Amino acid sequence: MSDVKKFLYVNRKAPYGTIYALESLEVVLIGAAFEQDVSLAFVDDGVFQLMKGQDTSEVGMKNFSPTYSALGDYDVNKIYVEKESLEARGLTVDDLMDLKYEDEDDDWAEKDSIRVVTAEEMKAIMDEQDVILSF
Amino acid sequence: MSMLHIVNKSPFERNALDACLRLAKSGSSLLLIEDAVYAAMKGTTVSDKVAAAMKDMKVYVLGADLKARGVGEEKLMEGIDVVDYAGFVDLVAEHDNNQSWL
Repeated sequence: MSDVKKFLYVNRKAPYGTIYALESLEVVLIGAAFEQDVSLAFVDDGVFQLMKGQDTSEVGMKNFSPTYSALGDYDVNKIYVEKESLEARGLTVDDLMDLKYEDEDDDWAEKDSIRVVTAEEMKAIMDEQDVILSF
Repeated sequence: MSMLHIVNKSPFERNALDACLRLAKSGSSLLLIEDAVYAAMKGTTVSDKVAAAMKDMKVYVLGADLKARGVGEEKLMEGIDVVDYAGFVDLVAEHDNNQSWL
């Protein structure tokens, strides 16, 4: 399958204050239908998109955070979160949603989609992509 | 004159909060809304400057925007008051004027 390309969606904005986070998620879900090798990167304020416990009932906006949990079902299970961005915001992986996927190559074992990586590791991930989409 | 300063941009992405803190008179008030609510979190790279500002400013944060973003009260710095929308209106009414930092 030489026509499969590596796609990376880079998310750098907080949710709700701007439309970028929601738009990115919509494009990822649409793009998932094309069966490419998809990864998501969350850096800078983008890490806030994955915070657990989001509740928009008082602000009159759609809470799209539960949709991240569906990404595993669309074979989007490489979710890279930059460690340095978390630390700058006083956060750890425990503050993020518990995103899982079932690994078809490992008897459908349930595994974590979120992988916390250093900036150095993120550089390598970005470098190996065919297509990068920025939000 | 008592001024209510309103900031709505993430302090990690924009310099709106910096500009506000640089130009606000001591004794004025600061209300953090929308993406600026992240400035109320403890243990971040901006916590120290917010703590310094709290020595001569009263700082408030809009609860609905914290809740939307999943920022629980346990993550907030000591001394910041959480207000609801009615509290927002009260703050505007109690101050002589207000200034938004976009």
